[in-house]
Amino acid sequence: MIAPPATTPALADDGFMDARAKMLDIAAFLDRLDRHAQGSEDYRIAALRSALTELHSETPGRVARILDQLSDPSQEPIEQATEQGAAGAYLNLKS
Amino acid sequence: MRYIEPHAHMVSRTTDDYERMVTSGCQAVIEPAFWAGFDRSSAQGFYDYLRQITEYEPRRAAKYLLPHYCWLCINPKESEDTVLADEVLSIIPEFIGKPNVLGIGEIGLNKNSKNELAVLEKHIQLAADHDQMVLVHTPHLEDKRKGTKLIVDALKNHPEIDPAKIIIDHVEEHTVGIVKDAGFWAGITLYPESKCTSARATDILEIYGTEQIWINSACDWGHSNPLAVPQTALHMRRRGHDQEFIDKILFKNPHDFLSQSPNFKAL
Repeated sequence: MIAPPATTPALADDGFMDARAKMLDIAAFLDRLDRHAQGSEDYRIAALRSALTELHSETPGRVARILDQLSDPSQEPIEQATEQGAAGAYLNLKS
Repeated sequence: MRYIEPHAHMVSRTTDDYERMVTSGCQAVIEPAFWAGFDRSSAQGFYDYLRQITEYEPRRAAKYLLPHYCWLCINPKESEDTVLADEVLSIIPEFIGKPNVLGIGEIGLNKNSKNELAVLEKHIQLAADHDQMVLVHTPHLEDKRKGTKLIVDALKNHPEIDPAKIIIDHVEEHTVGIVKDAGFWAGITLYPESKCTSARATDILEIYGTEQIWINSACDWGHSNPLAVPQTALHMRRRGHDQEFIDKILFKNPHDFLSQSPNFKAL
């Protein structure tokens, strides 16, 4: 592992406002969904809410664990590709 | 500052981007064959595309004094149709001898289907038969982790190809270890939303080290930035990394990997 040469205060100076803005954007997104709620929750939003709990962790590796949560957990190739795009969250997470 | 852009789909960019890249220090640009944003209807469409990236695009880049290289394949997004894939695979050898060709790529998986995997294995065999390097695309988002594992397993079935001549691209925090532990090179793609930011790419380099790894913009017709690589150098400097660190990631590493092809010569 390569130690980042910047001091902790410098990293905070460089990244705090950006992280603050992103946090507020997520909060606003969830508020917006609440105001316009219709029917059952989209599986992607459920996955997002579940992944957000990882942000409370004090153990490094949060990004990898969130990406793992959002990933297809199966191991075998699927029979056929019926679409070309990806959604960002695995569909079965809603069940 | 000098850098190599090791993954850019320049056929979908303007000549203004060539000028901006060169004036930002770009020494060479590498173009893997990719999906055009829609499915091509015949092998003839691919034939014309392969002519474009082996004949026309190098001339367009040369107007800006930028060496242009490419990789050849049918992209995994079009691999579900195995009849079309076989037809395209049959015309690729005609282009392997072109002077700007570095190998077979970007092959890989998209939705991790059986047909995609079968076409991937045929591409790997093609590379082995023609002693070519390989550049591999890993799937997007929720499909990436599973696809990366399937790809690594498929490549391990071909020990005749030196892992040092294979780069597995688009790694993120949950897949970079899978790739590096297997002995392959890893590529980090800088995308505004769907892959890595400059900050996360720098984090990965700090955690996993600077050996056998590069960064690229993978700029194409979508939401992407052809100057993402030099802009990441600025982020690295702001974090306190020195010129030696930056030059290794932006220039020396891609130069070392690509120089395994006798065709590659940076400025």
